[in-house]
Amino acid sequence: MPTEPAMANAPVHSDSATPVLLEVENLAKHFPIMRGVFRRQVGSVRAVDGVDFQIHERETLGLVGESGCGKSTAGRVILRLYDPTAGRIAFRGEDIGGVRGESLRRLRQSMQMVFQDPQDSLNPRMTVGSIVGEPLVEHGVAKGTALDERVDELLNAVGLSARFANRYPHEFSGGQRQRIGIARALALEPEFIVCDEPIAALDVSIQAQVVNLLQDLQERLGLTYLFISHDLAMVRHIADRVAVMYLGKIVELAPSDELYREPLHPYTRALMSAAPVHDPELEAARERIILTGDVPSPADPPPGCRFSTRCPMATPECSAREPEWRELRPGHRVACHYAGDA
Amino acid sequence: MAEQTYQDAPLHEHRSLWMDVWLAFRNHKGALVGVGVFAFIVLAVLLGPFLHGIDPQYLDIQARNAPVSWSHPLGTDNLGRDMLAQMLAGGRISLAVGFTAMLLSLVLGTGVGVLAGYFKRLDGLLMRSTDLFLALPLLPLLLVIIMLFRDTLRAALGPETGIFLLIVFVIGITSWMQTARIVRGEVLAIKEREFVTAARSIGTRERRIVARHVLPNVMSPIMVSATLGIANAIITESALSFLGLGFPPDFPTWGRLLFDGANFISITPARVIWPGLAISLTVLSVNYIGDGLRDALDPRLRGT
Ligand SMILES: Nc1ncnc2c1ncn2[C@@H]1O[C@H](COP(=O)(O)OP(=O)(O)OP(=O)(O)O)[C@@H](O)[C@H]1O
Ligand code: SF4
Ligand SMILES: [Mg+2]
Repeated sequence: MPTEPAMANAPVHSDSATPVLLEVENLAKHFPIMRGVFRRQVGSVRAVDGVDFQIHERETLGLVGESGCGKSTAGRVILRLYDPTAGRIAFRGEDIGGVRGESLRRLRQSMQMVFQDPQDSLNPRMTVGSIVGEPLVEHGVAKGTALDERVDELLNAVGLSARFANRYPHEFSGGQRQRIGIARALALEPEFIVCDEPIAALDVSIQAQVVNLLQDLQERLGLTYLFISHDLAMVRHIADRVAVMYLGKIVELAPSDELYREPLHPYTRALMSAAPVHDPELEAARERIILTGDVPSPADPPPGCRFSTRCPMATPECSAREPEWRELRPGHRVACHYAGDA
Repeated sequence: MAEQTYQDAPLHEHRSLWMDVWLAFRNHKGALVGVGVFAFIVLAVLLGPFLHGIDPQYLDIQARNAPVSWSHPLGTDNLGRDMLAQMLAGGRISLAVGFTAMLLSLVLGTGVGVLAGYFKRLDGLLMRSTDLFLALPLLPLLLVIIMLFRDTLRAALGPETGIFLLIVFVIGITSWMQTARIVRGEVLAIKEREFVTAARSIGTRERRIVARHVLPNVMSPIMVSATLGIANAIITESALSFLGLGFPPDFPTWGRLLFDGANFISITPARVIWPGLAISLTVLSVNYIGDGLRDALDPRLRGT
């Protein structure tokens, strides 16, 4: 029985001295809305609408936000599963926003994804061995006995027995399936992995195991993560820095301790106040900010600040002018006219 | 810990996929009965003429509309031809037409459906063509095709092969549309599943995604179409024969026997019952075999 790594210590803070691995600038992804007999475009869903951030080598950037704010879309555009509508994606300094065909296939070796739904992300008709081995076969990395050996190695690396290679996904529990998905993502020895809510579909008791596995692998293999989640406590645990997303835009980005200690954006504060804290003292002191109203449609975002329709601090200025993306403290950016004033 | 239950499970030896499929298929009672009935029909049709040596075309004027007897186990028709001999000879052709036409229609339908569902840029064109085929007045079209090509094909390939190919082709190209539509719908749904996105994120080439991830997951509707396709082909062939567009009159098929027999239903009802029974049994047994195969091919239903 593989021993689970003990609950890892607090994340090691990457100093911004490690080189930048991934940089996105003004990245946008709009999905066209087609209507009518002639399938004419009548508008677009601005799922991601101009986001900027950098991820350093060996760092974990957390991406949090409500359902539908565009987190998955952001992750998928970065991995070029969607074509970006606008903006720049640079991986190791190279612009990858427009690569296609064979060069895109080669790029996929260095960037991988772990999916949200471990049930849906494994082909029910393939054995675990062929699922984990598929990337190796597709890129001609290994075949024959070398392939089998590598698959066994990968299964062991994620804490599964190599005996499982002949079984089918439905024979496993959710946590085990997610491990299979992780093994597949590791097969090509990528540098960067987008984890799209990898634990959201799992039992609470299993979540910590999978998170620990991810952290353990990061340390051993020197991985860089974009960790998407709506579980603030989990993100705090795993991420070095955290970006908060609202309606297609990043509204605040800061080192995780600082963000949790002192959120500057009204939306971040509301999110924090809604999430229970594990520390009883903090929990007692927690003020609750109840947001009213619904999230506006990403097809028709409000003018000015996108949060203005629900912001408890909104002024007429807010819906007139879009707030700048300001660096208020070193490494702590926020998009709000009044952040830091109070 | 629930996570680790499988770690303690007994070691499983290496099993081959087809072994698994066969073991599961064997447990499907309906499918086994289906295989039995179908094998019986096929063997009868292939070997029967050697055991029951009467020429299906021989006119025994003395014994017209004869009832069941030792010399004519299924009786005779109004011209004194032996029914059993006709059934056996007709079965060969009906089964051959049914299977080949079904295969053709299945390949066309699946191909069009998968391409339209998976490749968005082909969707419009392919589905419009499918609608066009559905909207075509088929009967006049068939008439024209057969009129145009019958004699050339007969001259080139001999009367039997020529008309066989023509009929299979005509049935095939006029019956793939339902399959195409159903398969397209399934593919559209499968395409949105995360394992397809995962395959793309790995860098799997499009055609491998189709072959490895999409096609195996649309097996069920394809199997259903296949079993219905055989029935449809056998019946369409009889309709064509009835209109004088199919095989020549001295060439019995189950469909033709059924139609011819219908005129004499009050005198010799057996002439309708036997071919009808043969067609129904074939369709039913193929249906059960298809069911069994579909279940056996699905690892979730295989219960490994
Ligand atoms: N392929 C698509 N076509 C059209 N609209 C899409 C598509 N994918 C996502 N959207 C829309 O884009 C918006 C953002 O979706 P996205 O899946 O990125 O949200 P999310 O933050 O990941 O949410 P969740 O937490 O529920 O996963 C949603 O309004 C969604 O309806
Ligand atoms: S800019 Fe205005 S509306 Fe937007 S978050 Fe700040 S205070 Fe609220
Ligand atoms: Mg998502």
